[in-house]
Amino acid sequence: MKFPYSKKVLEHFQNPRNVGKMEDADGKGLEGSPACGDMVAVYLKVNEDTKVIEDVKFESYGCASNIATASIITELAKGKTLEEAKNISWKQATEELGGLPPVKAHCSVLAVEGLRAAIRDYEEKHGLVSAKEPTTENVVRSRLKHVMNPMAGLDIVRTELVTKIDVEDGNVRILLDLPSNHQFAAAIKEDILEKIESLWDVKEVKVVFTE
Amino acid sequence: MLDKMIYLDNAASTRLDEKVLEAMKPYYFDIYAVATSEFGYSMGIDAKEALQESRQTIASSIGASAEEIVFTSGDTESSNMAIKGVAAALLNKKDKHIIVSKLEDFPVLNTAKAFEKNGYKVDYISVDSEGILDLEELKNAITENTALVSIQHANQEIGTLQDIEAIANICKEKGVLLHSDATHSYTRVPIDVSKVPVDLLTMSAHTIHGPRGVGALYIREGTPINKWMDGGFQESNRRAGLENIPGAVGFAKAVELVTPEENEFLKSLRDHIIKRAEEEIPDVTLNGSRSQRVPHNANITFHYVEGESMTLHLDMRGFAVSTGSACFSRSLEASHVILGIGGDHERAHGSLRFTFGRYNTKEDVDAIIDAVGEIVEQLRAISPLYEKK
Repeated sequence: MKFPYSKKVLEHFQNPRNVGKMEDADGKGLEGSPACGDMVAVYLKVNEDTKVIEDVKFESYGCASNIATASIITELAKGKTLEEAKNISWKQATEELGGLPPVKAHCSVLAVEGLRAAIRDYEEKHGLVSAKEPTTENVVRSRLKHVMNPMAGLDIVRTELVTKIDVEDGNVRILLDLPSNHQFAAAIKEDILEKIESLWDVKEVKVVFTE
Repeated sequence: MLDKMIYLDNAASTRLDEKVLEAMKPYYFDIYAVATSEFGYSMGIDAKEALQESRQTIASSIGASAEEIVFTSGDTESSNMAIKGVAAALLNKKDKHIIVSKLEDFPVLNTAKAFEKNGYKVDYISVDSEGILDLEELKNAITENTALVSIQHANQEIGTLQDIEAIANICKEKGVLLHSDATHSYTRVPIDVSKVPVDLLTMSAHTIHGPRGVGALYIREGTPINKWMDGGFQESNRRAGLENIPGAVGFAKAVELVTPEENEFLKSLRDHIIKRAEEEIPDVTLNGSRSQRVPHNANITFHYVEGESMTLHLDMRGFAVSTGSACFSRSLEASHVILGIGGDHERAHGSLRFTFGRYNTKEDVDAIIDAVGEIVEQLRAISPLYEKK
């Protein structure tokens, strides 16, 4: 086997742990999109008293990096409290797997984001988020860090695809340095809408491409 | 795991035929001189004869004359030579313009893009959902400033065949030169340049069990084309660099070994895999034209699963195939061909390209489709996109 993947990545890819859908999940997160090539869903069963993750499952539409990272993330998260699980980083997951090819970073980072989204979902549903934070430019920017730029394998903020963010009275306008007829334009727009429209005080999201 | 690898990526490259190697050997060990003129030494004259005979074989295979064939290092060089050579010869055109299709392979597509950067106007002609060129769009795109049209004969990924005769006739009527990249159809689908008015044709040995590193460009007599590499005066002063005589001999032998019966056999493998995939695996889409396709290509999307995962699982079971998934390539860009025929990213990501060659059998096809069925089921079981029917 001469792939640029470690033995452990291939082992988790072939025999992923904790796979499947959890119908009665206490928290769930979905990151990525089929358009960008990778997607991960993470489901949590949480002990309400101890806040310990008692069970975790994932589904993946993705490549070997994506599946293996999601698999190792579920192993790392099981038995941890929500606070502990929040601190599981992509770096830690990668190290556990014996490394990943740099070009595959974006495929694997989704698993970590999926876990964090599931934890956030649990916290929101269980009143653990103290006050609803109003959507500001910074909140939007932080959410956009979860939208991948498929040309670079990094998020659209870090790769400077996002040139301007305006937030006014629940109307969000995002300017992208990308022509509307670009191969990935529609996919990126779809992903942005998914991440921003769900914010509690957002009324409308406009994605503006360069001409 | 199988005892041997079952290789179904013959569009990428093929295994060399032993008979080709045998034909080439004397030109490495016995007649290894350069091709000298008729008053040179005898070994050089023998080498030149072999080169000329090979040239004649390639020429005959497309109804050309030997003088119209230039040996190159392969299809990339042939297509670069055709486009860059013609463009250079027609540099005095005031508004430089070339036309290619959206589905071209990288030697043509990236040459066109390079030209665009250098001030040429390039039109990229659309195709329909089967990958067939829009002839009206082509007609309308040609202007008096068009230096060259370059449209492939068969597509490298989805195997769709263009109506090259109709395209050539349009170009002829409009008085514009036509280059066609025939890398993926050459000898598999006949093309006769004495009847089809194509001006330049790219061919390669590596797709037909010939050696790598050798190809040819057909240049119709009288076509304006400049030499694009400086050096010696080989190939009638059209292509500099010592001729690859063993390569040319091997190429000619490879051409001789392709038979209509073999092409029929490849077609039967193609149809068998399409039939089994469509009958036995739910949610599949055949990419490319069902009727107008090369005999050795089947490109199928298995929806809700990702291509790199499929190819990796297949490799672990001993099968080699290719996919249009972005994750398969370092560029992280999904197949421009599947997107070009109106497919979305999900369709591109879940596509597998099976391309057959001389050494494949019906048993190979049965084995891989069994494996694909199992793998797709396994991956769909963990896919958030797939709801069990």
